[in-house]
Amino acid sequence: MPILEVRQLRHVYSAGTPYEKTALQDVSLTVEKGELIGVIGHTGSGKSTLVQHLNGLLKPTSGQVLLDGDDIWKNPKAIRAIRFRVGMVFQYPEYQLFEETVEKDIAFGPHNMGLPDEEIAARVRRAATFVGLSEDILAESPFELSGGQKRRVAIAGVMAMEPEILVLDEPTAGLDPKGRETILSQIEAYRRENGTTVLLVSHNMEDVARLADKVLVMDHGEVRMFDETAAVFSRAEELEALGLSVPAVTRIFMALRARGFAVGDNAYTTDQAVRRLLSLVRGGTPHAE
Amino acid sequence: MLSDITIGQYFPGESVLHRMDPRVKIVLTIAYIAAIFIPQNWAGLGVAVAFLIVCVACSRLPLRLIWKSLKPILPIVLITAVLNALYVHQGVVLVDWWILHITTGGLIHAAFLALRILCLIAGSSLLTYTTGPTALTDALERLMKPLKVIRVPVHELAMMMTIALRFIPTLIEETDKIMSAQKARGADMESGGVLKRIRALIPVLIPLFVSSFRRAYDLAMAMECRCYHGGSGRTRMIQLHLHRRDAIAIAATAACVAAAIVFNFLLPATI
Repeated sequence: MPILEVRQLRHVYSAGTPYEKTALQDVSLTVEKGELIGVIGHTGSGKSTLVQHLNGLLKPTSGQVLLDGDDIWKNPKAIRAIRFRVGMVFQYPEYQLFEETVEKDIAFGPHNMGLPDEEIAARVRRAATFVGLSEDILAESPFELSGGQKRRVAIAGVMAMEPEILVLDEPTAGLDPKGRETILSQIEAYRRENGTTVLLVSHNMEDVARLADKVLVMDHGEVRMFDETAAVFSRAEELEALGLSVPAVTRIFMALRARGFAVGDNAYTTDQAVRRLLSLVRGGTPHAE
Repeated sequence: MLSDITIGQYFPGESVLHRMDPRVKIVLTIAYIAAIFIPQNWAGLGVAVAFLIVCVACSRLPLRLIWKSLKPILPIVLITAVLNALYVHQGVVLVDWWILHITTGGLIHAAFLALRILCLIAGSSLLTYTTGPTALTDALERLMKPLKVIRVPVHELAMMMTIALRFIPTLIEETDKIMSAQKARGADMESGGVLKRIRALIPVLIPLFVSSFRRAYDLAMAMECRCYHGGSGRTRMIQLHLHRRDAIAIAATAACVAAAIVFNFLLPATI
């Protein structure tokens, strides 16, 4: 059984006013346990609206969200329990920090779950380790940290709830390349260790290509593509028509092929590209056809 | 959701009233209020009511909006009407029992006043329904310009008002976001006693304060970078011009006020 299923989801904002806007239309998808799904789409395509339905922050206008086969709105009073199972890291999550110390802030989620103190302390330590925060930072005020550190504290705050599904809305927005790399590899490590299902909303095609098993493409509130990463990025023209792009290496490969080089299938990550090109060069037939 | 709250009462539209010059609208609203209080007989008030009905029709606003603006003041209207009915003793006595003395004159007084208050509220809410908050402050600034002579910092006040209005939706959006983020971490804001609920606001209020200050610094910096130095010598992007519709509106309102005055002379006073 898929861990997460969305059925004909539709969401209308401010229904019945002049500001009425349909943000999602007939969205259906299934996610298997342990998958990492990349969610892409230009600004205003409905990505954020979609992910906010997954933990019940928004209620569908019509349609269903099923977690482990059960409708999350079956018992609206128990929606908080769903939020602990589907952890959600918002865009710029560092703006949600409020506690006196980093430790207390990370403990906010686990504390709300009603866990015993020892368990909370253990989870805070574990989450902090995952995002690479040292022991002495835990006692500091979150407002005195650097931007990248704040971001990692905020992500740790959600990881500490140890959700079955982790949703991250542009976790690397506004970070420098090194900060981006750190956070992505930490998310990857966390997922490998816990077998967590991850949904990663991103504008960065390179990141999606490298990490995702499958890619969901949103446009105007509808699902345009939902397929294996390689299959999605092979439809470069369609993606560009939607205002999206393909990874830079993929563009290079497409250009090479257009000039008559037998580069074979497209490459999506730099590693892949290097291997393909090296074998091509060593094969001694740089010019084909 | 918080974002469903409408700021002020602006109801977007394309009607003649929406497109009128906001300065003219403010002045005419004040004139109209005078036109409601001048008449002393039904004919004069009738003209004012008819004028209002025409304006509402021109605005193409749904009638439930007008009703929504009247609803909160209904108790006040009722109390005024009852007091007038009880304390004005004119004409034929209808009820005379214990301390209750109700006369026809009292009832007419009550109805007259109630109608006046209803017209007053409906008329002024028409202004706020058809004029966006920024257009309103803009028009106010220009109308208050003469006050500069007595050193009222008109421009600064208007700028503060504009900025405050501009940031209300931003702050609401921000609050919404922070609330969602804390709810996602299991914050419970919907249940529990008063104390518990106040406590539950801390995770929302602290980040909100922090980000408000950040925004204020950013905005001040951005304004200084663009050489903002107060109102002197600033020109406007949107220049207000009077159009034919404004002239017609001014003429119509003037006629309404004139009619009220003329009827006061020609006809006997009802109240």
